[in-house]
Amino acid sequence: MAKVHVSTTINGEPAEFLCEPNDTMLDALRGPLGLTGSKEGCASGDCGACSITLDDRLVCSCLMLAVESEGHELRTIEGMAQGEKLHPLQQKFLEMAALQCGICTSGMLVASDALLRKNPKPSEEEVRFWLAGNLCRCTGYDKIVRAVLETAAEMREAAQ
Amino acid sequence: MTELRYLAPNSLDEAISAFAAAGSAGRILAGGTDLLVQMRAGVVKPGLIVDIKKIAEMTAIQETADGGFRIGAAVSGMALYDHPKFGKVWPGVLEAVNLIGSKQVQGRASAGGNLCNGSPAGDSVPAMVAAGAIVTVQGPNGRREMPVEQVPAGPGRTNFTPGEILVSFTLPPRPKGSSDAYLRMIPRTEMDIAVVGLGVSLTLKDSVCTAARVGLGAVAPTVLLVEAAAKALIGSKLDDAALNVAAAACSAACRPIDDKRGTIAYRTKVAGVLLKRTTAIAAQRAKGN
Repeated sequence: MAKVHVSTTINGEPAEFLCEPNDTMLDALRGPLGLTGSKEGCASGDCGACSITLDDRLVCSCLMLAVESEGHELRTIEGMAQGEKLHPLQQKFLEMAALQCGICTSGMLVASDALLRKNPKPSEEEVRFWLAGNLCRCTGYDKIVRAVLETAAEMREAAQ
Repeated sequence: MTELRYLAPNSLDEAISAFAAAGSAGRILAGGTDLLVQMRAGVVKPGLIVDIKKIAEMTAIQETADGGFRIGAAVSGMALYDHPKFGKVWPGVLEAVNLIGSKQVQGRASAGGNLCNGSPAGDSVPAMVAAGAIVTVQGPNGRREMPVEQVPAGPGRTNFTPGEILVSFTLPPRPKGSSDAYLRMIPRTEMDIAVVGLGVSLTLKDSVCTAARVGLGAVAPTVLLVEAAAKALIGSKLDDAALNVAAAACSAACRPIDDKRGTIAYRTKVAGVLLKRTTAIAAQRAKGN
């Protein structure tokens, strides 16, 4: 099969790669692009471990063809921390032990970040509904939800 | 092994000629939340994928001159949610579209894909049927319009002719006192497939229902327009007697399957229950309009 050349933007940096027409964006991220923070859980859009944003919209990278990223802007978990400085959500997940095995964590963080950008003051119910597409088999979700709510409160305070 | 080609044309004409030439090997890509899963499972092996998202008409949400809306076939649920006005005019259509999958799926999945996928349980379809949406379809022989309820032909099948592509949904202007609602029965709170789905759109004048449409999903090979239920509501004050007749009409319209999600008896009963509940929500909303 002839490989396709794709030019896109990932975490603010221009990126180019070659892929097969039927490769998913997750295949390209974890393969030629070497960005292995996004995980493959189910590969069918059910678990959210591969969550990224496409032009600021939260999507599953396993449900998107890599060729579709041509000319668009992607953000992945790798773009979340500023150098050594963790994003407040990352810091809070650590402090509150909102993870155990870690497979769901990058997807949880990317999805939570997308929520807080859209809605800086979500209710617990809104957080739970927003994260319904991110499965976690370790934590029971409670610590994750509390970490997101607490981060949101701290980020609102910091913004004042 | 056939080679897969990917095309993302800027024009509808280009998309149609490529799609028509590919015959049964062609697949349209909008949000891809069904197509990629089907490809992954080996259910479909397309030779050509035509991505329609670079065609401006396919991703546009426009208010029409008469006060209606035209929604491109590839508009995602999240794009519709973010529209400043659409959800105020068509809250039932919006809540139905927004029930499809997770927030991640919402970022990509479209009402157009939901319709073309042909599932009897697609959430947006009963709401679109209730809304009286007209779809615009274009193929090698030109453009035509049809009522949305005429699109599904059976599970996984549509009444489009070879080479035809769904372009948009047109929703009519809303008279004063109009609103709509959609409810689905699922055994969980989120992220599931409808056991029964029901959309109601109605208009109230001095508390009397002057217009109504009812769309019913997941209880027959295709989503149904239940005209007998609408007829029972129109002219009434949505009193118990009228609601009972309309609910019975919905149950009578059911031709469901027995499966792990629900039995025939259960689905048939729930269809009537949902008619009453959905009508109450639509009426409450209509009173404020």
